[in-house]
Amino acid sequence: MSMYDTIIIGAGMSGLAAGIRLAYYDKRVCILERHTTIGGLNSFYRIGGRNYDVGLHAVTNFTPKGTRKGPLARLLRQLRFNWDDFSLVPQIGSTITFPGLSLRFNNNFEFFRSEVNQHFPAEKDNFQKLAETVADYDDLNEQMASCSARGMVAEIIRDPLLVDMLFCPLMFYGNARENDMDFAQFSIMFRSIFMEGFARPWAGVRLILKNLVRKFKQLGGELRLRAGVERMDVSAGRVTRVVLDDGTELEGDSVLSSAGWVETMRMCDEPAEVAPREAGQLSFVESVSVLDAQPRDLGCDRTIVFFNDSDKFRWKKPEEMVDVHSGVICCPNNFDYPEPLDQGMVRITALANYDRWRSQLPSEYQEAKNSWYARMVESAVRFVGDFRPSVIASDTFTPMTIQRFTGHENGAVYGAPKKCWNGTTPLKNLFICGTDQGFVGIIGAMFSGIAMANRHLLKFAQSDDSGQSRAARKTD
Amino acid sequence: MTPAEIKEVILDILEGIAPDEDLGALKDDVPLREQLELDSMDFLDIVMELRKRYRVQIPEDDYIELATMQSTVKYLTPMMKDLQKT
Repeated sequence: MSMYDTIIIGAGMSGLAAGIRLAYYDKRVCILERHTTIGGLNSFYRIGGRNYDVGLHAVTNFTPKGTRKGPLARLLRQLRFNWDDFSLVPQIGSTITFPGLSLRFNNNFEFFRSEVNQHFPAEKDNFQKLAETVADYDDLNEQMASCSARGMVAEIIRDPLLVDMLFCPLMFYGNARENDMDFAQFSIMFRSIFMEGFARPWAGVRLILKNLVRKFKQLGGELRLRAGVERMDVSAGRVTRVVLDDGTELEGDSVLSSAGWVETMRMCDEPAEVAPREAGQLSFVESVSVLDAQPRDLGCDRTIVFFNDSDKFRWKKPEEMVDVHSGVICCPNNFDYPEPLDQGMVRITALANYDRWRSQLPSEYQEAKNSWYARMVESAVRFVGDFRPSVIASDTFTPMTIQRFTGHENGAVYGAPKKCWNGTTPLKNLFICGTDQGFVGIIGAMFSGIAMANRHLLKFAQSDDSGQSRAARKTD
Repeated sequence: MTPAEIKEVILDILEGIAPDEDLGALKDDVPLREQLELDSMDFLDIVMELRKRYRVQIPEDDYIELATMQSTVKYLTPMMKDLQKT
């Protein structure tokens, strides 16, 4: 039987980052990954000789080289990376499009402010107040954290259209809660998207994942692929043994799981007496269209377009298989690269209903993918150039795909609506990181792993590990 | 280790934590927090690095001694004078 200081479940961004921290300080650490590849929610694959990225369209929390504050700078220091290691290239510019009105934004918050002031002149002072509130917000006590962001923002911003337009990108990029959002999450997302910004490596997310794995292995960490956890044996309030699908038994002093709260507790052979937590309900369908041209030559010149075609922006599990009334259109080509990507691509993401996808017969599933692909693209080309004649290949992934690769119940992309900010569980040596801990986005996920490793597994006596949440603030 | 060698150790640690920084311009008597925007997680890393490399234990109440390069070297000198630089 192998013995470790810490066993980490999941080789996604959070598990890998936690693994680096622990291995750096000479802990015996093993990362278990059920799949044949790393990345979890943010991954990549190759079909028909073409590379595809899965997961977030862009790295949020982007700050330029030389910036010493904010989550990206802190993360690089914690993981001992140079800024150049992630090869982040800033976005060209993005848009939030609602009926009759568009707001543009880029990585300069003052530009977004000028857009808001121009289109909502009556909200100028209110928007300033909101920005200050968000920048100052750092209270992570759980009661404040889960306050209704809808309620708090509506007290500051009067125009419901502006409220909806602000919420739309933040919800699509990290909100697990239907209809509303935790105020902590709203603040984190507002800063990461509007006040910091979007970027992407030319080679895609895989470059970041590969750097993480390389560093983890160089430091002596062990990564086991195809190593799904079948169960965890529990005795006297502690995990005593981790049993893999193939029967292999592992022992560790502690376990850090990025598999999700509900999913992790279910692995324990004696489920602890805890209030059941709701699994998330929000899932996505994403379509990827490969083009024989650069998107900008087809009238798709923005980095990301968040669209909504209705009076109200609805953020909940749709009745239909896909809600095509709103969505996100991303062109990975439209970042400020020194040379263009070799293939044009448009990715479209929309809310989806897991149960309806799940109930499809195998014979219906492919047909459903094809027909919803067409409807999503049809919806999207109302807001960007009609790229359909240039499509040479496409792929679509559904809530079923998300469930298979993330293990999240219901294919819930952003996990459970109630977050576990301190990472603890009822078991003394079992901790949670990743999506269900609460920090979101690629930088947030990595920070989640770092913060939980520091706090619980490196025995740091400290309180200031709230990393991503204190982005825009001076650290004491 | 002499105070000069201890300073080299600290610079080496800082170089690892913040590889993009130009440490040549670092002032000995100005708080590191101000000059490099280090936060408490970074100071804990300095403490952890000293423990990892030289088994030097710094109690939490003494972290305040690490404010500047000057105060850090002064604080560490009695603890590290009998150690060999690696």
